Amino acid sequence: MRRTLALIAATVLVAGCGGGQSAAPETDTSGGAPQKVTLEWWHLSTADPLKTVYETRAKEFQAKYPHVTIKMTVLENEAYKSKVTTLTQSGKAPDLFATWGGGVLQQQIDAGLVKDVSADVAPVLDTFTKASLTAYQFDGKTYALPVDIGMVGFWYNKKLFEQAGITEPPTTWSAYLDAVTKLKTAGITPIALAGKEKWPGHYYWAYLAMRIAGLPALQQAGVDHDFTKPEFVQAGQRLKALVDLQPFQKGFLGASYSTPDGQAATVSNGKAAMELMGQWAPNVQNDNGKGLGDDLGFFPFPAVEGGKGTITEAFGGGGGMAVGADAPAEAIELLKFLTETGNHTKAVEKNAVLPVLKGEESAVKDPNLKVVADSLANATGFQLYLDQAYPPAVGAEVNDSVAELFAGAKTPEQVAADITEVAKSE
Amino acid sequence: MTTVTRRPEAATLPAPARPPRKRGRGLLTIALFVLPALVLFLLLVVAPILVAIYASGFKWNGFGGLPTDFIGFDNFTRLFRSEIFTTDLWHLAVLVGLCVLVQLPLALGIAMLLNQRIRGRSLYRLIFFAPYVLSEVITAVLFSLILSPTSGLANEIIGIVGLESEWLSDPGTVLLSLFLVLTWKYFGFHMMIYLAGRQNIPEELIEAAKIDGAAGWKVFRHVTLPLLGPTIRISVFLSVIYTIQLFDLVWILTEGGPAHASETLAVTMFDVGFDRAQVGYASAISVVMFGLSLIFALGYQRFVMRRDLEGATTAMGDRR
Repeated sequence: MRRTLALIAATVLVAGCGGGQSAAPETDTSGGAPQKVTLEWWHLSTADPLKTVYETRAKEFQAKYPHVTIKMTVLENEAYKSKVTTLTQSGKAPDLFATWGGGVLQQQIDAGLVKDVSADVAPVLDTFTKASLTAYQFDGKTYALPVDIGMVGFWYNKKLFEQAGITEPPTTWSAYLDAVTKLKTAGITPIALAGKEKWPGHYYWAYLAMRIAGLPALQQAGVDHDFTKPEFVQAGQRLKALVDLQPFQKGFLGASYSTPDGQAATVSNGKAAMELMGQWAPNVQNDNGKGLGDDLGFFPFPAVEGGKGTITEAFGGGGGMAVGADAPAEAIELLKFLTETGNHTKAVEKNAVLPVLKGEESAVKDPNLKVVADSLANATGFQLYLDQAYPPAVGAEVNDSVAELFAGAKTPEQVAADITEVAKSE
Repeated sequence: MTTVTRRPEAATLPAPARPPRKRGRGLLTIALFVLPALVLFLLLVVAPILVAIYASGFKWNGFGGLPTDFIGFDNFTRLFRSEIFTTDLWHLAVLVGLCVLVQLPLALGIAMLLNQRIRGRSLYRLIFFAPYVLSEVITAVLFSLILSPTSGLANEIIGIVGLESEWLSDPGTVLLSLFLVLTWKYFGFHMMIYLAGRQNIPEELIEAAKIDGAAGWKVFRHVTLPLLGPTIRISVFLSVIYTIQLFDLVWILTEGGPAHASETLAVTMFDVGFDRAQVGYASAISVVMFGLSLIFALGYQRFVMRRDLEGATTAMGDRR
């Protein structure tokens, strides 16, 4: 019965351990040596340079506050999401934890698990760019501070594009499909995709929906719980046309993102010409393969002819750190420490993250990340990842349905209908 | 469950007179010894089942205290209407079928071979049993490398005869590939059970059959196999119960994909509960899984293993 009971055992924990926070006594402010405090810090930066940056910050913080011990839990994306859900459903949250903001954070706030840090961060709030903060603010209150902000776009291999005779990165969808065909004709796998993990696939559908229906329509669909407008079906049809060209690497339906034969490694080792990924793509590529060095380029998702969206509207997100409701005061200090001008800029200089503070732009050294940062700074609109912007069930349905579209198991109409059905039931 | 001995004939004789005993003290002793186990059982087995049954009646995201939004049997009607549930059951049927028709006969065959006097017999036994000792997670990671369509060992091997497969990446082959991994991991376990069962068969019976003129296959068919009956019935039972709850291997190898082609009930439950935060619905799935296991276990014990388990709870009414 072990597995049958895995879930219900977690449920029992809700009843059993709803109350106290593990071991984090309040700091003694009445003078004398402060009491020892252990901070639980969960994040998902498994790849360098950010992994090392965070380790260094933790050491520095512990040196500054000797009574604090930081216990880090670092997990990759999917495992991180599951583990946070499991913990939060038991009525607890880590003291400091990575979040993407949006509907998932909202649900945790509604459950009373996240601290409202508005008052504590008020003095530093002005140092952040407005765009980087929006995903973490609800009803004028701030629940997390950003450490990274970026956007999703195509990371491509300049050399392979050249070999296929593509001189300019495509700016329209038809030019993009042309480029895919040219790459195929030249015997090059055009696109690497991690089909098993589903979230990388949803980027395609989301971007196409943004480009065809327009950003306001996509945002309205989230509010109305209705994704059945013809534009959303068209997004699926355009995507299906791309899938029908068979542009992906062999076995992409079972491929992971950051494994030795995954999406990042396939691009990194020159076995596919591009991937649609966020600002962290170069680091994960270097971590999982040879790396492309100067051959790596970036271009934004092309505009779709006749669509209501423009090429300057960005889709993506960053990462923020939220503080657990029962966390000791030191957790907020750590949050501020990570994001204060000097420290955060150091992380930007290492190409670990993109600017979230005003005036940090000049610290971006990598030419590709500069393109991302500039595109983002000049963006005329912004949409958070759909699987984070919406409540978990809706986000998961977007990922799931689009994955089935990639596998040829669902039609564009079914994708739109199924997302709508789940959105309506939430 | 491992004691599958037949009831000795002597049991039908009148029981020998027992020395009179103080009944009260005996009960107290029993209660004292059983209590810790009973408390643990109630707390860790019975209570979670009850909580899950309770939660399955609610629309609940799992956050904060107990659920409040009661929706009756809606979670169950939704489940029974869902296509994913139907495919989960189909996958269960396919895997159980393959286990019983392929994996267990294979294990039986190898057990019979390794019962012969061959050189290095215990080494083979060790090698075949070794995969069972590995954790499911390690097995899954190992096979995700072996079955990689681009750089895997499996494609190298079948490439010798000019074949290739996408294994876990193709909705058409994923379930078979999964079964391959399951077989690799578990046939050694069943082989071991059969070996133990075979060694419990008295050599005299085999010898007698041989003296009567029965050769190889006939001895196996008419002497060994019938006497292995109880062992085989137990191994089928374990196999089915395991398959109903199959999770770890599938989650790491495929996450139930591509496009739900390898999804099992437990994977659906995990996805709904932890990725979608629909704990009420996930509880309904776990209740259905529990029900399936329970019905199968009771039915199987009542009708198939009746003779093996005479005297156990399920056959209580038959006691003469």
